[in-house]
Amino acid sequence: MVTELGHFALILAFLVAIVQSVVPLVGAQKRWPGWMAVAEPAATVQFLLTGFAFAALTYAFVTSDFSLRLVWLNSHSAKPMLYKISGVWGNHEGSMLLWVLILTLFGAMAAWFGKGLPPTLRARVLAVQSAVAVAFFAFILFTSNPFLRLAVPPFDGQDLNPLLQDPGLAFHPPFLYLGYVGLSICFSFAVAALIEGRVDAAWGRWVRPWTLAAWVFLTIGIALGSWWAYYELGWGGFWFWDPVENASFMPWLLAAALLHSAIVVEKREALKSWTILLAILAFGFSLIGTFIVRSGLLTSVHAFANDPERGVFILMIMVFFTGGALTLYAFRASAMEAKGVFSVASRESALVANNVLLAVSCFVVFVGTLWPVVAEMFFDTKLSVGPPFFNMAFTPFMVVLGLLLPLGSMLSWKRAKLDRTLRQLVPAFILSVLVMGLFWTMQTGNSLLGPVGMFLGAWIVSGALIDLMNRTGQSRDLSRLLRLPRADWGKATAHIGLGVTMVGIAGLMAWQEEDIRVAQIGEPFQVGVFELELTAVNQVRGPNYFSTMGDVTVRRDGNEIAVLNPEKRNYPVAQMPTTEAAIDYRFLRDIYVVIGDEQADGGWVMRTYIKPLANWIWAGSILMALGGVLSLTDRRYRVAAGARRQAAPQGVPAE
Amino acid sequence: MNTVLRKLQSLAVILCLALAAPLSMPAFAVQPDEMLDDPVLENRARELSKGLRCVVCQNESIDESNADLARELRLVVRERLVAGDSDSEVLDYLVERYGEFVLLKPRTDGWNLVLWLSGPALFLLALGIGLVYVRGRATAAAPTEAGLSADEEARLKEILKDS
Repeated sequence: MVTELGHFALILAFLVAIVQSVVPLVGAQKRWPGWMAVAEPAATVQFLLTGFAFAALTYAFVTSDFSLRLVWLNSHSAKPMLYKISGVWGNHEGSMLLWVLILTLFGAMAAWFGKGLPPTLRARVLAVQSAVAVAFFAFILFTSNPFLRLAVPPFDGQDLNPLLQDPGLAFHPPFLYLGYVGLSICFSFAVAALIEGRVDAAWGRWVRPWTLAAWVFLTIGIALGSWWAYYELGWGGFWFWDPVENASFMPWLLAAALLHSAIVVEKREALKSWTILLAILAFGFSLIGTFIVRSGLLTSVHAFANDPERGVFILMIMVFFTGGALTLYAFRASAMEAKGVFSVASRESALVANNVLLAVSCFVVFVGTLWPVVAEMFFDTKLSVGPPFFNMAFTPFMVVLGLLLPLGSMLSWKRAKLDRTLRQLVPAFILSVLVMGLFWTMQTGNSLLGPVGMFLGAWIVSGALIDLMNRTGQSRDLSRLLRLPRADWGKATAHIGLGVTMVGIAGLMAWQEEDIRVAQIGEPFQVGVFELELTAVNQVRGPNYFSTMGDVTVRRDGNEIAVLNPEKRNYPVAQMPTTEAAIDYRFLRDIYVVIGDEQADGGWVMRTYIKPLANWIWAGSILMALGGVLSLTDRRYRVAAGARRQAAPQGVPAE
Repeated sequence: MNTVLRKLQSLAVILCLALAAPLSMPAFAVQPDEMLDDPVLENRARELSKGLRCVVCQNESIDESNADLARELRLVVRERLVAGDSDSEVLDYLVERYGEFVLLKPRTDGWNLVLWLSGPALFLLALGIGLVYVRGRATAAAPTEAGLSADEEARLKEILKDS
């Protein structure tokens, strides 16, 4: 019964979305207030209906209603409650429903928080947002309906992939979707602005918080996925340059570019048409990502059977929205005349450089991801583009970005004195060179990666701190720090986070130690400075799995510092083994232990890794996200309505 | 229909749009019994296998994969190294048998030059456009603070003259 109501609510939401994508658009064109006013309640209703449909599906999963095909395929009555719930989006149909739920949530939020927008812009934004929703509702209802019943309900379900039964992964997709779909609002704002034919400082101010929010969610989502890969997959890799990873990384790069270029629109009314283009492309890349993953176009480690019919449908959605927006852009972009004036040495120019680097690095990822398809289609060669390519082709841009960041972020707006800023950064430079030298002499081998990463990290972090100190003025009155706008704190925090992540990546990649051996019970062995001993191996029973669990004692200089329990699990229902690495998390390094198969002589295969600075990768990501949140709570967004009234008279019609 | 296929379909989709990481079996990649006694050769073997694709897997190097074929390839790499092949000779040997598909780092010849050079080329182009734009902004006329365009100014004068 609840299921049927959910199905019905989904169809109703589809109909509401159709109305909302047409009526306000016509209203805005004809200046009919009544028609434009349809958008706001429609957005709310659409969200509530989709929410109800999602709740109905969740209810079916929680109560293990195996008469629903989707529940039978992805759940099991013995599964822990957390994974019954996360199982809702642990499959194609359910995850698409979550996608649309978030899409309508953002639409509703734009309606609720958009009271200060000019009525025509607001009507158009909501109409465009709803048009995207129409396409995805149709996709769900016609190709991927989650509410299909089975004629004969089976006794029990087939269980969720055990690799996915993990708290980190339970929340990874919702965050990513919040990020992907959050960019849809920026897209709607961009298309609405193109229809309106005007972009001004106020537009930049409206778009920026949405971009920030989307970027924060993407950052958290990507970090969660990467952390999960690190502890779950058994060799501590954190990034694989897999097509599906790249699909989420490209929108992240473009969102980062967009939130920087929107500052220039807001402050200087320049870079307008570029910012519009970025907003279209950022969401376009989210759609490309959806297409890549669900069409099976590329071989990805995220293996799952793909349905060509679904792929074609998403391709059509992508072509329609990205192509349509770009066509509109081609006709209207020339109307977006830049107004502000700034000299070559200025914060504005630095932000242009930031955008060049981020956009080009996104392009490199794009070309690398699609090259195997291009090569097969046009040159008839099957080839692979893997991590070695991306590490070589992508990293240089990030290095240049890191080198320029402290300088660019400290230049004054409009007209900067380059030599003055450079002088202020001298202490940071000296410190960074010392750090680099220290690590160069400490390390064994001649890897450039480690020291360069340490240099960049020290340079970015100390540069951000100097920037903050400068804000206290001549008096060096530290209490002024507390009165700085939150956006300044957000900027410093996010930049420091980037530096910390760079340190983590460089440290882990350059100085990881590895040991693979057959360990005998009770015979200690040395890895780096640590002594490890496998003391016992036991068979353990979990709620829905059996486990072979090792007891490993770790000592340093004879003192016990940790007891680790690496596991090898077997899930009987899904018939899949998994490894559960045991990790001793420390500030400067992790000890990472994995247990393998038993050998004929009674020993066990053991792999031990010393992973320096691993935690810094995710600590940095958290700092980046926190910086975004701080910026988001800045006063100027909270009082945005008042600020708009000041900004509005400056806008001139673009035609 | 066969349930294995359907299960596969239902399996990984959590990651579908998402990213995350390989949905592969747990990795027991390199086994102790495969490893060479000579640490220098073993190191070279490890470095080589990180750049070689496990051709039956989805997108893993043979260093990470626990597929049987990956194990075979790891052993072949070590055999060739012990036989005295240089790194590039080992790679050529494998490309001859499995095609370019086996290389995770595409070669830098022929059409692949487009792949390798498109990034730097676009960077130079974007840098050029960026510079032109920034210089243009530096020399552009500041918008009139009063907000009146030349036409409006003329019209204002006209009105004032009339009165």
